[in-house]
Amino acid sequence: MKNESKKSFWQKLPLDDYFVFYNKVLDAPIAQRLKLRELSEKFIYQGTKNGIKAGKSLGKIFQSSAKSPDRFSNKIPDDFFDLNYTDDQTLIQESVKEFAVALRAAAQEQDEKKEISDEIWNAYNDLQLAYLQTPEALGGLSNEKSITTQMLILETLAYGDLGQAYSLYSSNAVINALVEYGSEAQQTELIPEYFKEEKLYAGIAINELQPLFNPYQLTTTAIIEDEHFILNGTKTLIPFGKKCQYFLIAAQLENGDNQLFMVDADQDGVTITDSEAMGLKSAQLSDIILNNVRVHKSAQLGEAGGIDYHRFIQMAKLGWCALAVGACQAVLDYVISYANDRVAFGEPISNRQAVAFMIADMKIELDAMRILTQRAVAQAEQGIDFMRAAYLAHVCCSDKSMQIGSNGVQLLGGHGYIKDFPVERWYRDLRAVSIMYNSIHL
Amino acid sequence: MNLEIPKKFNGVAQMATIAAKNIFRPISRKYDLEEHAYPKELDLLAAGLNGLNDGSEGAIGGASGKSDTNDANSSVKNGGNMANCINIQAMCYGDVGLLLSIPRQGLGNAAISAVANKEQKERFAEVWAAMAITEPNCGSDSSAITTTARKEGDEYVLNGEKIFVTAGERCNAVVVWATLDKSIGKAAIKSFVVEKGTPGMEVVRLEKKLGIKASDTAAIVFTECRVPAANLLGSPDIDVKKGFGGVMETFDNTRPFVASMANGVAEATLERTKELLKNEISLDYKTPINNVRAAEAELYRMEADYEAARLLTLKAAWMADNRIPNTLEASVCKAKAARTTNASALKCIELCGALGYSYKELIEKWARDSKILDIFEGTQQIQQLIIARRLLNKTSSELK
Repeated sequence: MKNESKKSFWQKLPLDDYFVFYNKVLDAPIAQRLKLRELSEKFIYQGTKNGIKAGKSLGKIFQSSAKSPDRFSNKIPDDFFDLNYTDDQTLIQESVKEFAVALRAAAQEQDEKKEISDEIWNAYNDLQLAYLQTPEALGGLSNEKSITTQMLILETLAYGDLGQAYSLYSSNAVINALVEYGSEAQQTELIPEYFKEEKLYAGIAINELQPLFNPYQLTTTAIIEDEHFILNGTKTLIPFGKKCQYFLIAAQLENGDNQLFMVDADQDGVTITDSEAMGLKSAQLSDIILNNVRVHKSAQLGEAGGIDYHRFIQMAKLGWCALAVGACQAVLDYVISYANDRVAFGEPISNRQAVAFMIADMKIELDAMRILTQRAVAQAEQGIDFMRAAYLAHVCCSDKSMQIGSNGVQLLGGHGYIKDFPVERWYRDLRAVSIMYNSIHL
Repeated sequence: MNLEIPKKFNGVAQMATIAAKNIFRPISRKYDLEEHAYPKELDLLAAGLNGLNDGSEGAIGGASGKSDTNDANSSVKNGGNMANCINIQAMCYGDVGLLLSIPRQGLGNAAISAVANKEQKERFAEVWAAMAITEPNCGSDSSAITTTARKEGDEYVLNGEKIFVTAGERCNAVVVWATLDKSIGKAAIKSFVVEKGTPGMEVVRLEKKLGIKASDTAAIVFTECRVPAANLLGSPDIDVKKGFGGVMETFDNTRPFVASMANGVAEATLERTKELLKNEISLDYKTPINNVRAAEAELYRMEADYEAARLLTLKAAWMADNRIPNTLEASVCKAKAARTTNASALKCIELCGALGYSYKELIEKWARDSKILDIFEGTQQIQQLIIARRLLNKTSSELK
């Protein structure tokens, strides 16, 4: 990709008529904020390329191609310690925050109904976030790697509601994976689907049901048989599982290596069942049972030889860190106003150190979570080894997010325990942070 | 967004690390055992440091707190505060008690740097200034100080007793907090530079301590001690509206420095503990934390705490360098760094067992040294008060 780092991304839009563009994106709040409307007449709608070459129940077959996949180049920053976000990032964050307000307002009802309303889905799709994560050559608007932007989006969505964010972002996580790892055929056949009126939904399935689950020791297996892999195993707590058209399924090869495979939801041997958990209820969780599912070798994620699975897992964990930061900020903001309003013994409970110091501790540890996540993300964006930073960010976010979630309930006392207040939901949702690898990927 | 330390600080950090390893570490135990002995090896270092400071971005220790450099072609500054934090951490990786004993690098110097006017900065450029706030009957509640400053002509006359003055014996000036009028409260508290040898100023005692024994901690009595009016730092007016703000500003700069001290101790402690446990643990930064042995999980958690504290400290310094108000962040980094460093050092003793507890290793010393970092420049509880008051929008009379 070209690297014209100084310009903002709308200045970098090519004005040539080959650019694929939808009027729809121009109506999106983010696009409006970014003044894309002014450019609208210069774009010519072109429609997308041929769809997925999928024989039903056979799974995807991607034609081999001599062309290279499109990847973002690494972002080389100025040599300054700098915590500022770019103007674009701030704008995007503000736009997503408006949507997050709607998520928050709907959160309790969606949690009880265990679904996400069409209204929310439509509003989310109208944000057209896929454009921000896809290179121009693949139909997107982005010219450089911006994992920071994805982190901000996830954090802001989770500030609204973690359960819905888990489901909503799932397809975006798959796009991130396709852009970063996909073969040329996987990219050109799948990514344009995300710019169509009728969206493609997909998810990433890594978690399994065994205690002390280790994503590097999967029990789901992928056995090579001629031109195919035969998948067997069970994946659990996949968001929006019954609506997804396909999944990236993590499985272990005979040589002990772990890789991801694209499996269509309607393939032979795939059974998708409802699954319910302590929290994340609005995400409509499912289990996926794989019984001798045949996957063509071209449907293994990545080019020949597959992907760097360790990096893949760390990017999943960093995504969960971003969600944790957003949800914990929601808890902190909420308990601040509650503790200031709630009167006991003749004064606001926030006048007591026992209460105030718990809130101070939340702030200290939330700042720790955020800055460790920021650092790992910045390293990943720059293409430097971020494995240690990501691991440590996840260690911190795992411990501290649950501590904050638990103290959120504690600070509200009996009110914290009932459904009239959001903290019991945050408590249930935040328990997932240290456990989950599914469907979130920066 | 970039959270890596810029390359321009590499040279200075390397020099500080070399000094920490080759000058501090070899004499670390010696001055722990010989409390109150003057670490003469530091004179050599101080001479070297001046040279270092002249050509570099910032000083080691607190001296150039507010100075910054203009980075061409960038609106972002990485200046003196950040350089100081990096250097202090590197030095305290060697020995925090010895860092506190380096001539001309006291916290009083940071106070001068933070609030002095131009004339004062020039006049006190060469002094080694200690900080005197605490009194026998007032610690964290510094608004309750009873040391008085009485204006007489173009002099102030100081009376009172100060304790816990770090480097109070070895320094050649003390920044003293005193009240112009006790009835007015916080707004009347001002800081004064009192040079050693001023009649009426007497070091009466050196404390024996749990740790940082290389650093002298003095009690100083002021009896009708006369200092020039020009030695008052900041404005001599009593601004009731501004209240405590003037003198408290100092802490926004110095708390990240104390956090950096803690980060240095944490770095040393974790590094040594990992060395001692290297045959027992793998530390692959990959296996889920619940699937590794308990000692390894502890190390991961401590390392996450250390990295978070280090980055939060750099953040507070970065804000100061870029003139962004950082009172909240300065307290956050100080609270996080000090408490986790102390807890980690104590845990590392446990992980290393009797070896960690014994004088064969420095880990037990780091556990003693680190305790003070969660006490001076505002205890953990004071940091929590500051953070909570900011978040909850409370006054000190509402949230006591």
